[in-house]
Amino acid sequence: MEITLNVNGQEHKVDVEPRTLLVYALRENCGLKGAHVGCDSSSCGVCTVVLDGKIPVKSCTMFAVQAEGHEITTIEGLGGGANLHPLQKAFHEQHGLQCGYCTPAMIMSSYALLQHNPDPSEDDIRRGLSGNLCRCTGYMNIVKAVQQAAADMRQPAEAAD
Amino acid sequence: MSDQIKDLNPAKECRAMGKSIKRREDARFVQGRGTYVDDIELPKMLHMAIVHSPYAHALIKGIDTAEALKVPGVKAIITAKDLAGFNLDWIPTLAGDKQMVLATDRVMYQYQEVAAVFAETRAQAVDAAQLVEVDYEPLEVVADPFKAREDKVILRTDREKKTNHIFNWNVGDREATDKALAEAEVRVKQKAYYPRVHASPLEPCAIVADMNTATGRLTLYLTSQAPHAHRTVVSLVTGIPESNIRIVSPDIGGGFGNKVPVYPGYVCAAAGTIVLGVPVKWVATRTESMTTDSFARDFHMEAEIGATKEGKVTALKVTTVADHGAFDAAADPSKYPAGLFSICTGSYDFPTAFTEVDAYYTNKTPGGVAYRCSFRVTEASYMIERAMDTAARELNMDPAEFRFKNFIQKEQFPYNSPLGWTYDSGDYETTFKVALEKVGYEELRKEQAEKRAKGEIMGIGISTFTEIVGAGPSKDFDILGIKMFDGAEIRIHPTGSVIVRAGTKSQGQGHETTWAQIVAEELGLDVDKILVEEGDTDTAPYGLGTYASRSTPTAGGALALGARRIREKAKRIAAHLLEVSADDIEWEDYKFQIKGVPSKSVTTQDCAFAAYTNPAPGDEPGLETTYYYDPPNLTFPHGAYICVVDIDKSTGEVKVRRFVAIDDCGTIINPMIVEGQVHGGLAEGFAMAFMQEIVYDEEGNHLNTNYTDYLIPTAYEVPKFETGNTVTPSPHHPIGAKGVGESPTVGSPAAYVNAVIDALSPYGVSEIDMPISREKVFSKLRAAGVEAF
Ligand code: FES
Ligand code: FES
Repeated sequence: MEITLNVNGQEHKVDVEPRTLLVYALRENCGLKGAHVGCDSSSCGVCTVVLDGKIPVKSCTMFAVQAEGHEITTIEGLGGGANLHPLQKAFHEQHGLQCGYCTPAMIMSSYALLQHNPDPSEDDIRRGLSGNLCRCTGYMNIVKAVQQAAADMRQPAEAAD
Repeated sequence: MSDQIKDLNPAKECRAMGKSIKRREDARFVQGRGTYVDDIELPKMLHMAIVHSPYAHALIKGIDTAEALKVPGVKAIITAKDLAGFNLDWIPTLAGDKQMVLATDRVMYQYQEVAAVFAETRAQAVDAAQLVEVDYEPLEVVADPFKAREDKVILRTDREKKTNHIFNWNVGDREATDKALAEAEVRVKQKAYYPRVHASPLEPCAIVADMNTATGRLTLYLTSQAPHAHRTVVSLVTGIPESNIRIVSPDIGGGFGNKVPVYPGYVCAAAGTIVLGVPVKWVATRTESMTTDSFARDFHMEAEIGATKEGKVTALKVTTVADHGAFDAAADPSKYPAGLFSICTGSYDFPTAFTEVDAYYTNKTPGGVAYRCSFRVTEASYMIERAMDTAARELNMDPAEFRFKNFIQKEQFPYNSPLGWTYDSGDYETTFKVALEKVGYEELRKEQAEKRAKGEIMGIGISTFTEIVGAGPSKDFDILGIKMFDGAEIRIHPTGSVIVRAGTKSQGQGHETTWAQIVAEELGLDVDKILVEEGDTDTAPYGLGTYASRSTPTAGGALALGARRIREKAKRIAAHLLEVSADDIEWEDYKFQIKGVPSKSVTTQDCAFAAYTNPAPGDEPGLETTYYYDPPNLTFPHGAYICVVDIDKSTGEVKVRRFVAIDDCGTIINPMIVEGQVHGGLAEGFAMAFMQEIVYDEEGNHLNTNYTDYLIPTAYEVPKFETGNTVTPSPHHPIGAKGVGESPTVGSPAAYVNAVIDALSPYGVSEIDMPISREKVFSKLRAAGVEAF
């Protein structure tokens, strides 16, 4: 069936089966490979994208058709090149990633978390990211990265230097 | 940064070494622009799905693919019969056994691969796989190595020897050890089971296999930690000339040893592309990954320590029963069927020791891999660190004091262990003292005594482990006959930028940064001008890949020595440019200068330009080299870890209050990356100590096939870590580095478990096996009569 997905501000007309999961539509129909697949039980979170600017969803738990009519933001829409989002910058600067497989999703979950709570405590961050697994970092530097980004986002002027 | 770096051999100020340079691989990952195998799509590519066995042990009476073939988009279905035509129904394992690719006349474990379906889409392939009808006749299941040992049911009917026993491997002096134990004033026994676990990188195993029928070249995009070794294996197995095989290991989403073996799925995809002439993609589902990837550990160990009344150890004996599953697919160097388990004397000066391992076949998934581990050193460290704590308790000594009494002393290095290793260097006392001070050991013991008086439960666990990594010297180490050296190629371009290629393959370790740092340091170049490339067998020099913490000890050495070889040539060019003889040139402050005349100097970059524009007369133009480094010995990193736990006596919940980890991995290339590796390894140690375990029932049913039941800790469970380092360089390594990726996984489980046992010891608890669930602690407390409230 033909549906229209609004991803990162762009319309994608895609032909999918009713059972096609959003993550596969994004990866295979829209060519956006930043959302990954790591499990078949909605446990790992590496497929996380953001819906309507603030709701983090595991895109393997949603059918592509259900995403019609929503604004979907993926890592590719967050920032790139010289215009990295403060979260992308902070993950790099705080060494919040190793193999990178969980990273786009970790950043998208963090993004949603900061929309709801611009000044999270360490505990808030750890709880907020508990739907996202990482096997490499032990999470310490991910927490630091989110703290840095939160501070940067609260003071955009300072962060610009 | 590490909170504390105590450099025991302070070196000069460096240009690139020892600096926390931010990772150069990050840019693509934070933008979602890495390229993992599943991201690769080729024209006309088919998708493969696998049919798995529901039985752990059964005969196959028939396979009917008629209905499955009717599914739209399905192009072919293959079974073992089809593979037999190519001699691919069985393949050799890394351990010198063989394993079925697709089940022949029988299945040997639950979820074993039975047939492979090729279709235009992933969904069609999965749909069709469900329609393949297989007629099974169940056989008696042996899911326990102790039952297997009885040889009542022989599992491997294909083998000549009608027994489930795979090997007995032993090392050390059995008689002397038995005698020393018999004469010991104190004898302490300790049993420990290291559970079967799955390494679980978040990216499952995957392949895109592409046979170009016009050129005859087979390209495999593969989740491979060892692309060259895999190319050789593929060539040997298929008969395709090695030059016609290209393996590309693109970005890898974590490996941890899981991506070392050659799995049946890979072989089926390769067979598919060869037969069908179009590319084939297979990406394991998590369930497939959990049930068919090589497991790790599954060691039933028993140790006995002999000691004097004063607490000096006199002998160690460790015996193990190992469950290898249906085929012996352990990934170990050929000479070492139980890996480097004989490091089990650890950091302690045992005058005599003996160890033996007996391995058995069972109806379980084959393995095992060295999960973030240098070939069974994880099991060995866990055993000795648990046993040392138990011995201290029996002797009524503080476990820290007992360790100090028995450490191998700094002056004893190089130290010859009773089980045959030559430890390169170490300073166990200093590292341990740093850890004790940082954690505030004495105050903690006081606090514990006060809490105990009030009936509160708190424990302190210690692990002062020694690792053995960097396999290895070719005199002892090979896999399938291929010696375990590693190669590096360095090419300096005319403008002074560089491409470095190595036979290793980063899966998150950060080689694109650390390899550049080594070369930058040796040649006085900018890190930013050095591009590092790994993973393409067409371009990278041969090497055995990245696992067992071997990259820095092997490829790191190749890079340093290759760069030094380049420096020798650059020196001749410098002499030519400065119009003096090479003997008058010295390498000073990252420049070539006329001896004693800093004003007359040229850089490596100047020499690179001259190498292409104005070469030294009589010298070959260009500036590049390939260096193969065969390490003279292994390296022996060590560390001192201390864990503090509080236990809730009503629920049995264990809270890790603090975890201090002081590592000594020799020279540190990048402190930020070392610390990151340590964090990750401590988290995986936590996972094994408290959460992860693969469980089978008696019928061989795999009971936790996904992350809903196989528990991976999140940010919410994983405790905070306090890290630090001491630096005792390796005397034989070109830059003194030892490797670090696995120390924390090797060293930490015993610290966590020792802490829990220390906490529960007033209640007579001396045993608890990993993973330490709340239920286990709860029952121990209730059994000891501790009131919940
Ligand atoms: S792929 Fe694991 S939660 Fe979506
Ligand atoms: S960086 Fe590898 S899983 Fe998180």
